Amino acid sequence: MSGIGSALLPQGSIRTEGFTPPGPADFDLPPIGGDFGTFHAFGQEFVLGVTKPMLQLVLSAVLIFGFFYLASRKRAMVPGKLQFVGEEAYGFVRNSLGRDIIGTHDYQRFVPYLFTLFTFILLNNLFASIPFIQFPTFSRSGMVYGLALMSWIIYNVVGMKKHGIGGYFKLQSVPAGITGPILLLLVPLEFMSNIIVRPVTLALRLFANMFAGHLLLILFALGGEYLIVEMSLAYAPVGVLAWVLFLAVAFLEILIQFLQAYVFVLLNAMYIQGALADEH
Amino acid sequence: MDGNLNMIGYGLAAIGPGVGIGLIFAAYISGVARQPEAQSRLQSIAILGFALAEALAIIGIALAFVL
Repeated sequence: MSGIGSALLPQGSIRTEGFTPPGPADFDLPPIGGDFGTFHAFGQEFVLGVTKPMLQLVLSAVLIFGFFYLASRKRAMVPGKLQFVGEEAYGFVRNSLGRDIIGTHDYQRFVPYLFTLFTFILLNNLFASIPFIQFPTFSRSGMVYGLALMSWIIYNVVGMKKHGIGGYFKLQSVPAGITGPILLLLVPLEFMSNIIVRPVTLALRLFANMFAGHLLLILFALGGEYLIVEMSLAYAPVGVLAWVLFLAVAFLEILIQFLQAYVFVLLNAMYIQGALADEH
Repeated sequence: MDGNLNMIGYGLAAIGPGVGIGLIFAAYISGVARQPEAQSRLQSIAILGFALAEALAIIGIALAFVL
């Protein structure tokens, strides 16, 4: 294997003859312009520095702000092309994610949050397929934990404001219409699933989808290159086939990038709706 | 080329969510075929079910790299 992957292999690993498959080490990008030292926390070593995904987060915020600023600057009764695209995107999140899920009574104050979240995740996912960037920001798990923590705080605080702290925990952990000793089993389970596991699965779903998709693309690209360049001519057609599959998977990835942004915001809306729901 | 037994285990573990996601979308398609006007309602339910079933596969791939 040549290129970035081999340079980032952990020290002391034996370079055997033949193909080295890509792994999680391919996602450890070095800090741009050197690091400012290291520190230890949670039993791991962290490097202080600015990496590519950090810059992508800032770039995406600037791009989204710029686009929607331009799209909404000249508000006309009959929208131009740019305004039409902006309105379609806003209307999609507002109607299919906000109004249909949270309900007509409460949805309006959550639309700005949901819309920002959707465009932010979508653009950061699409960075995986945009030439010269080609790295999904959320394939670094730390980036996703921030988003999941934010949504966890939001749906819990919203629920506690509406029902009070005791009422909220009762709503989330006692299923309606169930009495008797079975509650001893159900209450801890419901509490685990609604309060503790939700942010973890929310974060892992986005992270692992972006990670696995990008890993698959690296595998097809490097494997195809190895078959064509390093092995005998008889293997070259298989390498070409790998590159054809690379293209097919790249298009599938664009679908998945959109779908994951949609699912993340859909689940956020559902959690908010569940926290706001009246007891029945 | 050396491999890792974790990956074979993950491949086996992905069968379950694979079957589950197939069932979810089969039900969604036949629901839309019977009642096309219900598509918008069924769509968000189907995507939610897909996300929940997929979570198992996702936890699997995370653990396959971690363990």
